[in-house]
Amino acid sequence: ASNVAPLIHLCQKLVGVVGLEIHAQISSNSKLFSGSPVCFSAPPNSQVSFFDASLPGTLPVLNRRCVEAAVMTGLALNCTINKKSLFDRKHYFYADLPAGYQITQQRRPVAVDGVLTYSFLGGKKRSQVVRKHVQIKQIQLEQDSGKSLHDDVHSQTLIDLNRAGVGLMELVMEPDMSCGEEAAAAVRELQLILQALGTCQGNMSEGQLRVDANVSVHRPGEPLGVRTEVKNINSIRYLARAIDYEIQRQIGVMQRGGTVHNETRAYDSKSGETIPMRDKEGLQDYRFMPEPNLPPLIVFEDNATLPPGVDSSQVVVVQKIKEGLPELPSVKREHLVQAYGILPEHSFTLVNEEGLMEYFEEVMKATRKEPRKVIGWVMNELLGQLKQQDMSVSQSPISPAALAELLELQETGRVSSSGAKQVFQVMWGSSGKTAEQVIQEQDLGLVSDATQLHNICQKVVDSHPTEVHAIRNGNAKVLNKLMGLVQRELRGKADPVLVMEILKQKTRGGGC
Amino acid sequence: MSAFRLTGLCSCRGVSLKVIESSCNLSRNRRGCLQRPLLNGTRLFSSHSLNSKVPRVPTWEQIPEEQLPPPAVVPADLVDKLERLALVDFRTKEGLACLEKAIRFADQLHLVDTSGVEPMDSVLEDRALYLRNDTETEGDSAEELLKLAKNTVEEYFVAPPGNIPLPKREERTAMLKHSEF
Repeated sequence: ASNVAPLIHLCQKLVGVVGLEIHAQISSNSKLFSGSPVCFSAPPNSQVSFFDASLPGTLPVLNRRCVEAAVMTGLALNCTINKKSLFDRKHYFYADLPAGYQITQQRRPVAVDGVLTYSFLGGKKRSQVVRKHVQIKQIQLEQDSGKSLHDDVHSQTLIDLNRAGVGLMELVMEPDMSCGEEAAAAVRELQLILQALGTCQGNMSEGQLRVDANVSVHRPGEPLGVRTEVKNINSIRYLARAIDYEIQRQIGVMQRGGTVHNETRAYDSKSGETIPMRDKEGLQDYRFMPEPNLPPLIVFEDNATLPPGVDSSQVVVVQKIKEGLPELPSVKREHLVQAYGILPEHSFTLVNEEGLMEYFEEVMKATRKEPRKVIGWVMNELLGQLKQQDMSVSQSPISPAALAELLELQETGRVSSSGAKQVFQVMWGSSGKTAEQVIQEQDLGLVSDATQLHNICQKVVDSHPTEVHAIRNGNAKVLNKLMGLVQRELRGKADPVLVMEILKQKTRGGGC
Repeated sequence: MSAFRLTGLCSCRGVSLKVIESSCNLSRNRRGCLQRPLLNGTRLFSSHSLNSKVPRVPTWEQIPEEQLPPPAVVPADLVDKLERLALVDFRTKEGLACLEKAIRFADQLHLVDTSGVEPMDSVLEDRALYLRNDTETEGDSAEELLKLAKNTVEEYFVAPPGNIPLPKREERTAMLKHSEF
């Protein structure tokens, strides 16, 4: 019996445990503690005030917009908003941190204990919406550091302080995730939420949303393993790959009997591997201390709790922000399902793909085709092509209006459904051509001329008496053979519905 | 030792307050007025008529050692760590002894009964935190700021390739032997 336990232990697979630390750059006109502008790609050091450069005698002055952004984000993520939160200094030396410390909220952040609900398409065919939750430990306000450009040729680092002092929201997620796909889906949902709120533009490649992953492995039920921190992840795709690589690497180490070291690793997108970063002489001690220049930040629950005679520009009221929250992605998805009767997985994809929902709604406005059929075109033909060529919806050579026109032509019988797909492919390759143009050029228009159809059907019926006899005797399947012959006569351009009707009529017996 | 210094400072402040109140020409920022009474050596501006809260006689009492917690010892590796993290230099054994004496002096605070009192971490705790409007009001100071640096490259500040590790204690001692400090 005592031999069995270790065997069971080994039989249990090692699984990954993933927690995320996300820094979201607040979308505001000016910085967190100074009036310098916030703008991407400005000339170096052109957006730096004396405070940002840490000149002695300067003091931080808090930007109200940043507080509102943090409260809004906290509310959207179901957090408890701390009515009183505090600012601290986190000390470390680096050339892009001129003060030698970063003002952050370590002791009591502005929002705590939230939850992010995210989904991804799972199941065998990746068509099932799988819903998961991740706990948000806290959201805190903090300063961004400047940018360092490493010049190895001259053995120096060039420092640009434009970004120094820009407001960040640090979101700490509990290690509730287990693989790269979950982490990627969670970050995508967060990105959509932040973009819907307008608190952060969420562009990972521009550094507006930075994600660091804490990865460890263990056997379920056992204590968590040693974790490593993975940095330098510039897109959601790389996030999933980096995490999955790191989980496999750690499992490999454990299986070989080694130990995982608590270290920081950088993701190298070229090789797809994580590489240890320069050693950080043991555990960093940031010597946190309260920020002496800033009193506690108080936010008020509602207008009733406001102190009398206070200036409205000097207070942040949670109730007011709650009332002003825009429609969140999860609500948007529900509305699409309700409004159009489409499946949840389609609604998920519509909201998830940048611009796809707007595209779909534009098409719906211009066609009478039913939503579920339009969805088929949007998901399969349109999205399929876009994915294959790694293009975004905005780059689609076929505009919503053009697609709507094609769908209308199919609805009215101008072209068959297989013909329509052909037209789509041609339109994709030759930008600007309308569906009608392509139909004419390629001669894909369906023949619906009744006389012509009748004549051809008659010809086929007359020349195939055996088949007609079989049909009259009850073998309806033979109709398809006759249909095929008619189509061959018309080079596939017969309107199948009409032809079938005519053939049925003619083979019913009793003369023509 | 410091008890007398403390009282001396207090009375000095009491004096300077009187000076400010009685003379409208002095601006608040001028610290020069603090110096004058000391140099004169006379207590011209003694403050009994103004109901000063400063005790006339020192009220400081020497606290017996037994009432205090055991003295804090600063081990060598903590000294090294602090020197690395805060870039301070304790220099010699005397420097370390000075630190330990300062800690001992602060230990007297342990005798104060703070039960039921929230810790204060800022004297600003009762003030309202001022919230600024989100407008661009500054930041166009590139020229002035870059002028402050000895070394710039195309509008960038120049720094060494990474953090330069703090020289080891022995190396530092050797470096300082030849310096003027």
